[in-house]
Amino acid sequence: MGGAPLSIWEQARLQGHSRRDFLQFCSWLAAAAGIQASGLSQVVHALDTKPRLPVVWFHFQECTCCSESFIRSSHPIVSDIILDKISLDYTETLQAAAGHQAEAALHETMTKHKGEYLMLVEGSVPSEADGVYCCIAGRTALDIVREAAADAKAIVAWGSCASNGCIQASRPNPTGATPIHQLISGKPTINVPGCPPIAEVMAGTIVYLLAFERIPQLDGLGRPKAFYSRRVHDTCYRRPNYDAGLFVESFDDENAKRGYCLYKMGCRGPVTYNSCGVIRWNNGVSYPIQSGHGCIGCSEASFWDNGPFYRHLASFPGFGIETTADTVGVAVGAVTAAGIAAHAITTNIRKRKVIAEGISESTPATKGEGESHG
Amino acid sequence: MNGATIERVYVWQLPVRLYHWVNAACVATLAVTGYMIGRPMTVPVIGEASFSYFFGWVRFIHFVAAFVFFFNFLGRIYWGFAGNRYAHWDQFLPLTPRLLRKQWREAVEVMKVDILQAKVEPMESVGHNALAGWTYFLSFLAFLFQSVTGFGMYAAMSDAWLPHMFAWIVPLMGGDFAVRQWHHMMMWFFIVFSMIHVYLVFYHDYVEGRGVISSMAGGWKFVERRK
Ligand code: HEM
Ligand code: HEM
Ligand code: SF4
Repeated sequence: MGGAPLSIWEQARLQGHSRRDFLQFCSWLAAAAGIQASGLSQVVHALDTKPRLPVVWFHFQECTCCSESFIRSSHPIVSDIILDKISLDYTETLQAAAGHQAEAALHETMTKHKGEYLMLVEGSVPSEADGVYCCIAGRTALDIVREAAADAKAIVAWGSCASNGCIQASRPNPTGATPIHQLISGKPTINVPGCPPIAEVMAGTIVYLLAFERIPQLDGLGRPKAFYSRRVHDTCYRRPNYDAGLFVESFDDENAKRGYCLYKMGCRGPVTYNSCGVIRWNNGVSYPIQSGHGCIGCSEASFWDNGPFYRHLASFPGFGIETTADTVGVAVGAVTAAGIAAHAITTNIRKRKVIAEGISESTPATKGEGESHG
Repeated sequence: MNGATIERVYVWQLPVRLYHWVNAACVATLAVTGYMIGRPMTVPVIGEASFSYFFGWVRFIHFVAAFVFFFNFLGRIYWGFAGNRYAHWDQFLPLTPRLLRKQWREAVEVMKVDILQAKVEPMESVGHNALAGWTYFLSFLAFLFQSVTGFGMYAAMSDAWLPHMFAWIVPLMGGDFAVRQWHHMMMWFFIVFSMIHVYLVFYHDYVEGRGVISSMAGGWKFVERRK
């Protein structure tokens, strides 16, 4: 530290990266962030000149899969620069400091860069029992989030935990796990759901914030549109099989070998917004559907409760795991049909007299009139 | 019958009748195609995927029927203000205390006829009986629900403004999955409603002899007037 803060380019140079590497990195990030070629110079300019964007990265109720995903980003400079050198002042899982030192670093950032720092949150925050289910340095996550959010420039909620609660918040949610946007109001908050999110999506979100200093366009659930505006289903290479009605019926059948659509195996692609079909995972190697498994909808709220994963319809709440809306519907329909049959029979018994009267009363009248009416 | 005369009353104007049968056809189509979307059948393999669009057609029919259904429904709402008194919205939704009392009394009568199968007196109202009116109102709410959830899902596949007017339902319900589940469950409401509805229409036609069924075709009902 000391002296003028280095820009990202300067840091990269110190790390031994060439200008060519750096420019490649910029265009790769711009592409990942969904920025057009005409906006590339803006990205380069930002990374060339902008000093470190102070960042604190919290870990609460989570499994660290978001961090794991991030550091496996296909481009080496991501981990080198964004994570390691440039900006990260505090992150429990990766920082060298521990104990009081770590706390001191956190507080230094929060006071020195008041209103300037970016707050990244991985994990949900328990709210039951005053939040005792997750404490760091003797304070509850609830406390820490409220304090840090107060002076943050913006908040990024990493992963499904922080965006929608993920597995901790699934029924019955014993710790009252709560996503960040439900705890904090009045701060721009970006949700980057996924279990974990795709590394390039995470990097792209940060780059966008860095380069444009504003919140990217978000959808109704607070997710960057650049990555979450399309369903996995809309970018799925098995889609022609779906449209043709060719489905895998069981995981070991011939259709599975032929690469048919996994819809009947419970694929959540049609209800899941993510970039898996486009960016894919592990440097674009594959994604679940390509590997023969349906999408489980990990970037959608309450995907754990929408089970079972291997069936299209969820189980009907309160009726056990095998019961779907269709089972209930068929039962209600059958009861209705039985009721109608019973009603029809009693009608003919109880109203026999009335009906007979009606018929006998009308008979004489219709004899004459019936003819004239044709 | 004993001193009463039978009168013909023009009850259902053409827009109501048209609405009814277009709606019935759409609901039937939507339920069948919707069921197929939720639980696709196995089609015999016809070669490579690129030669077939079977499931695509099922969905396409669902969406076309959905649009017809929706605008037909809007047309009926308009007719609830512009149409005759039998088509008027207050037949479904009695908002004045007087109407409410009147419809409540009649609904109790209808329940006596339908459920207890007790008495058969000519009904006071010529149009829908009160209980039927309320049930249709319930079904209008279901139409609305199905349109909102359906177009909410459709927004993901469309740039048109109409579906996007309903996109808010997705965050409200917590995601497309939940919207789809609800949309699917509601299909069963329509199936059960139609079963009961069609049965009751036949039943009333049978025990009252007022030509209820044909009224939805030609518009006329028969009413007894005691002199
Ligand atoms: C009486 C009316 C309707 C019934 C009974 C009905 C029924 C269904 C059913 C059972 C499904 C399958 C859900 C599943 O995947 O499990 C479905 C899907 C769907 N329906 Fe409807 N629906 C109706 C009206 C509408 C309307 C008005 C729209 C508006 C556009 C609509 C749009 C959709 C869409 C977008 C899907 C998802 C199809 C896909 O993504 O493949 N539906 N419907
Ligand atoms: C063969 C099938 C059907 C027959 C014979 C039939 C017959 C009738 C008749 C006679 C009426 C007037 C009843 C009255 O005076 O209260 C009526 C009204 C109505 N029916 Fe049906 N119906 C059929 C199918 C359906 C279906 C499938 C639906 C929709 C799910 C439906 C929805 C309605 C509604 C909403 C009304 C109220 C009409 C209005 O005032 O706008 N019907 N139907
Ligand atoms: S495998 Fe899943 S995402 Fe792909 S087309 Fe089939 S249902 Fe859609």
